[in-house]
Amino acid sequence: MKYNGKFGKYGGTYVPELLMPAIEELEEAFYKYKDDEKFKKELNKYLKEFAGRPTGLYYAENLSKKLGCKIYLKREDMLHTGAHKINNAIGQGLLAKYMGKTRLIAETGAGQHGIATSVIGAKLGLDVNIYMGSKDVERQKMNVFRMELSGAEVIPVDAGSCTLKDSINEAFRDWISNVDTTHYLIGTTMGPHPYPTMVKYFQSVIGKEARKQILEIEGKLPDTVIACVGGGSNAMGIFSGFIDDEDVDLIGVEGGGKGADTDENAATIENGSDGILHGALSKVLQTDEGQIEQASCVSAGLDYPGVGPEHAYLDSINRAEYVSVNNEEALNGFRTLCEVEGIIPALESAHAVAYAIKYAKKEKNKGKTIIVNLSGRGDKDMNIVAKELGVEV
Amino acid sequence: MNMKTYEETFKEAEAKNEGIFIPFLVVGDPDYETSIEIAKTMLDNGADALEIGFPFSDPVADGITVQNADIRSFKSGTTIEKCFKFLEELREYTDKPFGLLIYYNIIYKYGIDAFYERLSKLKVNAVLVADLPPEESIDVRKASKKYGVEEIFIAAPSTTNERLKLIADYAGGFIYTVSVMGTTGARDKVEHNTTDMIKRMREHTDMPLCVGFGISKPEHVKEVISSGANGAIVGSAIINIIADNLDDKEKMLKDIGKYVNSMKKATKKE
Repeated sequence: MKYNGKFGKYGGTYVPELLMPAIEELEEAFYKYKDDEKFKKELNKYLKEFAGRPTGLYYAENLSKKLGCKIYLKREDMLHTGAHKINNAIGQGLLAKYMGKTRLIAETGAGQHGIATSVIGAKLGLDVNIYMGSKDVERQKMNVFRMELSGAEVIPVDAGSCTLKDSINEAFRDWISNVDTTHYLIGTTMGPHPYPTMVKYFQSVIGKEARKQILEIEGKLPDTVIACVGGGSNAMGIFSGFIDDEDVDLIGVEGGGKGADTDENAATIENGSDGILHGALSKVLQTDEGQIEQASCVSAGLDYPGVGPEHAYLDSINRAEYVSVNNEEALNGFRTLCEVEGIIPALESAHAVAYAIKYAKKEKNKGKTIIVNLSGRGDKDMNIVAKELGVEV
Repeated sequence: MNMKTYEETFKEAEAKNEGIFIPFLVVGDPDYETSIEIAKTMLDNGADALEIGFPFSDPVADGITVQNADIRSFKSGTTIEKCFKFLEELREYTDKPFGLLIYYNIIYKYGIDAFYERLSKLKVNAVLVADLPPEESIDVRKASKKYGVEEIFIAAPSTTNERLKLIADYAGGFIYTVSVMGTTGARDKVEHNTTDMIKRMREHTDMPLCVGFGISKPEHVKEVISSGANGAIVGSAIINIIADNLDDKEKMLKDIGKYVNSMKKATKKE
């Protein structure tokens, strides 16, 4: 390996030996092609013409007036397939193609990453298998259909909790068996090195754009950047644009589920401890004996008992602050944005919105300029929201 | 009881012109008491050493068979202390080598140094951490050296020569040699290139080589031993017998005994 992929003590490469050569190959290819002119040109072309970049930095005037702050939304919800996931799927899909792989596999919880992987597979002519917990398959039938329309095969995973964590296990097993032909397109900044670094790189376009845009509009950097954190790819993407600007506060919002102080939450940094899950040392929700626990959150995209290792690191050095909002608060944030700005956010992004509202209401934060990463749109969540609001659709 | 080392075990087998046979089981599958009886049955029927799994919630290197064994084990109430008790109880029964097969988080959470100290007191010979490649193994190797518990590493067909050197350098006990790509699990055919794999490994190491993954029949064992391996490891095929006989413990133990016996016989060189 060229690098050890550590962020402080976090990160690393904790995988079975059978995967190590594939990891080495991937690391080599990533560092080779990320600076390759042809690759960069092709990547930018797809980001612009296929995904719809750059996304806007939208001044949420009504919400701002209501709260007495300047709130900007980075509109990743406007991207093709509905969320920031496509940035990384395009990057890794292209990389797989350059590496001569013929097949993509991916895990998905809510389905957003599965869809992003399916469409890039269709576009680039690669076979796609998506692993999805059988419970998620049931909850997200429409998304399964969308994946299948793009030619992907969705494989329900019946093991363990039948959700995201188990679909990741299954994807790893597939990869171990098919390393020659297959690239495992991990959807977030978790997993063994080089994934956390690579996914951040492909998502850093969010932060680069947002930094440039806010400087153009405001003539200065924001006071605060807020993003939701499940595995943490949209947050890492936007944070990366401001991480060297020490005066910019970075806040990651985790899924508090029924409450971070209850048994049912996904607040990994708040409630977790150091542990190794899915290839990296990070914070994980686990028992005293090191068995991984189930996470719980109304938003499937945050429903994961681990978190990207660089987030654990940023927390440990106090460069970013991590908080959580519970299901109810997230739903209130969701409704507020719909009502005040006419924007329907994904439930994941609604967590960031909800915390931004909480934050802006604090006296000491009055007048601050805040960027909220609106990582995805809420179309996919209509059934869940309707159910939570007691509405029959 | 004292413990015999792997080295002594391989030497004894060699003197008898045979390879060694290592069956695997998960502590607490299907329940604590039965898993003790299974282990004893295997030892009584010719197992030269035992590979012992601590159940883990997310066993990515294992196939469905072992994962189901882990799930049964958790359902029967297995805790880490019960796993230690299992080792203690079995050590009173036999001097044959014990190797643990375990995921890193269990050790990490327990405390690496404390874990190896505990194993050393329990007279466990070796540990294989399924998700710990040599690159990340420095802390574990330190503890392993300090407490005299050998560290076993895996080598696979995908392992480059460069990595083989590293593995040979770090390995203790034997090298767990995998000759098919994939996770653990019984396979009908051993479609592996065992001969090539062993030949390639012999260029880098004199360590004993035990072949595992996908071995389920006596002819597989014969093939593996005649290719120059020093031993064969079998897990899923035995777990299948457990899973198939959950409501008939007597038959389960009888079938396992018969199976282990036939596999051990196949280690004899012609």
